[in-house]
Amino acid sequence: MQKNLSVKVWRGKQSGAFSDYLVPRHESQTVLDVVTYIQRHLEPTLSYRFACRVGMCGSCAMTVNGQARWTCRTHVAKVAMNNQLEISPLANLPVIKDLATDMSVFFDKWAQAKGQFKGSTTRHEPFAKVLPESVERRAANAGIECIGCGVCYASCDVVNWRPQYLGPAALNRAWTLVNDERDINQTERLRAVAGDAGCHVCHTQGSCSERCPKKLSPTTSIAGLKRASARAAVRGKL
Amino acid sequence: MSQDLSTNIAQARRWYWQRLSAMVLAICVLIHLAVMIYAVQGGLSAAEILGRTQGNWGFALLYTVFVIAAAVHIPPGLSNIAVEWWRWTETSAVNFARLFGLLVLLSGLRAVYAVVVP
Amino acid sequence: MIHRNDARARSHAAYWAFLVHRLSGLALALFLPLHFWALGQALKGAAALDDFLRFTEQGLFKFAEWGLVLLLALHLAGGIRLLLIEFGKGSGLRKDLIAIAVAFSFACGLAMAMALISK
Repeated sequence: MQKNLSVKVWRGKQSGAFSDYLVPRHESQTVLDVVTYIQRHLEPTLSYRFACRVGMCGSCAMTVNGQARWTCRTHVAKVAMNNQLEISPLANLPVIKDLATDMSVFFDKWAQAKGQFKGSTTRHEPFAKVLPESVERRAANAGIECIGCGVCYASCDVVNWRPQYLGPAALNRAWTLVNDERDINQTERLRAVAGDAGCHVCHTQGSCSERCPKKLSPTTSIAGLKRASARAAVRGKL
Repeated sequence: MSQDLSTNIAQARRWYWQRLSAMVLAICVLIHLAVMIYAVQGGLSAAEILGRTQGNWGFALLYTVFVIAAAVHIPPGLSNIAVEWWRWTETSAVNFARLFGLLVLLSGLRAVYAVVVP
Repeated sequence: MIHRNDARARSHAAYWAFLVHRLSGLALALFLPLHFWALGQALKGAAALDDFLRFTEQGLFKFAEWGLVLLLALHLAGGIRLLLIEFGKGSGLRKDLIAIAVAFSFACGLAMAMALISK
């Protein structure tokens, strides 16, 4: 194992370039360790995000050697070909500074896809009885572990090609709510996810499902939305 | 952000029709592939082709359905490419694609007529 | 400043399946009017069609015919995979279907090649 890693890190705001750093290599080391080392010892002005550093919060998502990943869960040994690393911010999002992106549009689209639960009962009514083995509940369960890290959104070419596209995360969330039998906002939601910016422009490139660190499948969720919205349109319910 | 309802319904329908025509095409293409691989053996000749197709109303029906399905199936894909890769506006892309679909329909029906009607 | 993905983000099977599907569809769509025009030559009589067919005896045309069959098979098989993803029972990227699609297309290509060179 070589002593040092050659690391290129993107630095800048509106414009920028890659800066080179030499980072001591260790047996067990994550890309987040590398970024942290650079900021602490080599470049104090480097801006980046992290929080839990154990693969639970999704804050540390960046582009590593061209692919969106959680840096705290990416071992250097797995990605550093020829002892080299290239680290840049997530794609498809405006850069605030260096490795930190502005995720507002990502969360705005979550809201636009009606990714919020809307119920009709109050705390005074009995609990809803939802069968865990029902088709709908299993479909919802398959998608609810999303923590909004943005890796799927950053990996999707349609997000790049169509700026209004809601994106895999927002649509995946919408699908989990479409399958929530307690929710009363279904028509609004299906209306929101159909259209030029919605599920029908997903071309099943699959980068979202391929890169999701939680192994979710927005591809499957979006396919479900396509069926659900088409059904509603045909029945005149859209 | 308000959304144009007609767009939403229109998009859902376009998707629906494109997938339906895809299912029809799957059958037509499977048959067509088999016929093509069989037909090119020993070279192609007008006599051979027309001998099979002229007066053959079953063939006429199948290939008419084939042409119509293709004319429905192609435009949504073409307009997506125009918007996403060639950076056209949605309107130009949809209009171009529809025109192309019309071209496919008319030239296709003409071709079926040409080989079926003696 | 917004970063965009490059080829490294696209290097996985499902993306290649998308690319093949889109490019084959485009090629087939553009080819179709030509194909219909050629068949339409029969309107001028069998001799006119024969003239055209003789013109296409050249090697380049035979290669194009083979290529078109390959593209058609790829687009068909990839399309069936998409229909199964969108309407079927399974979930995920169905990479098993990508493998089947490639195998099916390879078989069609082989069959077409054999048919083209047969006397």
